[in-house]
Amino acid sequence: MSSEQNILVKLNKAGFSLNNKWLVKGVSLQVEKGKIVTLIGPNGSGKSTTAKIALGIYKKIDGSVEKYTNKVGYVPQKISIDWTLPLRVNDFMVLTESLDKESIDEALSLTGVIHLKNKNLGDLSGGEFQRVLLARAISKKPELLVLDEPVQGVDFTGEIALYELIKKISDELNCGILLISHDLHTVMSATDHVVCLNGHVCCSGSPIDVAKNNEYKALFGEQASQILSRYEHKHDHVHTSEGEIKKN
Amino acid sequence: MFDDFFIRALIAGIGVAIVTGPLGCFVIWRRLSYFGDTLSHSALLGVTLAYSMEFNIAFSVFIISSLIALTLIQLQKRTNLPGDALLGLLAHSSLAVGLVVIGFLSFIRFDIMGLLFGDILAVTVNDLLIIWIGGALILLVLKLIWKPLFASTVNYELAEAEGLNPDRAKAIFTILMAAIIAISIKMIGLLLITGMLIIPAAMARNISSSPQKMVIYSIIGGLLSVILGLFSSLEFNTASGPSIIAASLFLFILSLLNIKQSIKLKN
Repeated sequence: MSSEQNILVKLNKAGFSLNNKWLVKGVSLQVEKGKIVTLIGPNGSGKSTTAKIALGIYKKIDGSVEKYTNKVGYVPQKISIDWTLPLRVNDFMVLTESLDKESIDEALSLTGVIHLKNKNLGDLSGGEFQRVLLARAISKKPELLVLDEPVQGVDFTGEIALYELIKKISDELNCGILLISHDLHTVMSATDHVVCLNGHVCCSGSPIDVAKNNEYKALFGEQASQILSRYEHKHDHVHTSEGEIKKN
Repeated sequence: MFDDFFIRALIAGIGVAIVTGPLGCFVIWRRLSYFGDTLSHSALLGVTLAYSMEFNIAFSVFIISSLIALTLIQLQKRTNLPGDALLGLLAHSSLAVGLVVIGFLSFIRFDIMGLLFGDILAVTVNDLLIIWIGGALILLVLKLIWKPLFASTVNYELAEAEGLNPDRAKAIFTILMAAIIAISIKMIGLLLITGMLIIPAAMARNISSSPQKMVIYSIIGGLLSVILGLFSSLEFNTASGPSIIAASLFLFILSLLNIKQSIKLKN
């Protein structure tokens, strides 16, 4: 399955430090065409940092990144847009790539915000803006999609629909997706590969394997693991404040 | 036709306004107005060097302003001082050094007021060529870097992640800023160039709903300011730079009235 030419991006023991503190360290993972790789982990565990390493936003990194595509769509977790810019949804859609009207309309319809096309970006609600961000990322038909909490602030029914859409996009465009999500239910049902982070890779594998893993349970608690299975739990290391890992 | 100094000034001013329109929008969007001030203050040093070495003024100003911009980037990397302190340091020290050099050049007749505030009598046919050819080059380069520059102005990480190379676009834009100051210094004067960049663009922001519209209104605002300003400069015998900037202020105030109206309409 994982033949070399299907790899879109590959991290080899990648890490990034800021002010002498490791944000994330020793992450190895790869995203292949048509596959969804999901990063899970508590706040501050380095999920967004890992995504930014994969995207090449952070350049002074430890280890290495090999990126085999330039057709990338990105939905960042936080986006601060300066409202000194008069920017409509329509202008935002063509920010990084020129698109024809059909592609713009199609993407906006898929995420359910076509009616907002001529609205000023600053006038949108959080959930509406999130849908526009997702529409922009998929409209250019990317080979690699990096989605950092793509449905935050979206209403409950919309959330399910958008996750279904993401799954559909991955099948239809055969693009690889690096997904960051807090929603373990969704993660466990729609993902091909799960990487559980806590400053380093705690465990990784298929959703079923990860749910059985002790470290996963230590991070998310017994209940989270019961989504897929029941298992005993044992903690074999602790995290110091410098981001180091000590074995017990 | 080019024999008449006023026609020359008008053609020069129109050329300057067409280029400051779009650049001014980026100055506002990227919050670079103090950066523009620093570059234009340093231009005095460029002018004095041009006089002392009998060099072309626009070219010499371009070189000095570019050097100051590069120095700023290096200082930002090497010190912990905040950006505005570094800008102030470079602006005032280069202005001071420029004035000191002028003191040494007492053998040359110097119209310092003309340098600071612009002098339409000083615009030669040669200057027209520099403004129009230089201006066309600036606009061409701006068009080439528009996508990465604009995308990174909206959000740096999106532009970087999706492969647009925003750092290169930013560096090129810095050079364009030095270039526009170089070609407009004779018209507007070095103390007021930033005004020509930001006031028409600020006026345009008040009345536009998309970035493209803002660029177009900014150009139109600049053109109107130049024409109004130059005619009143001729009529009342005032310096060209202040007259043009005062005209653009007048347009800005008009655009505020428009905002009030549209807010009323919304309610």
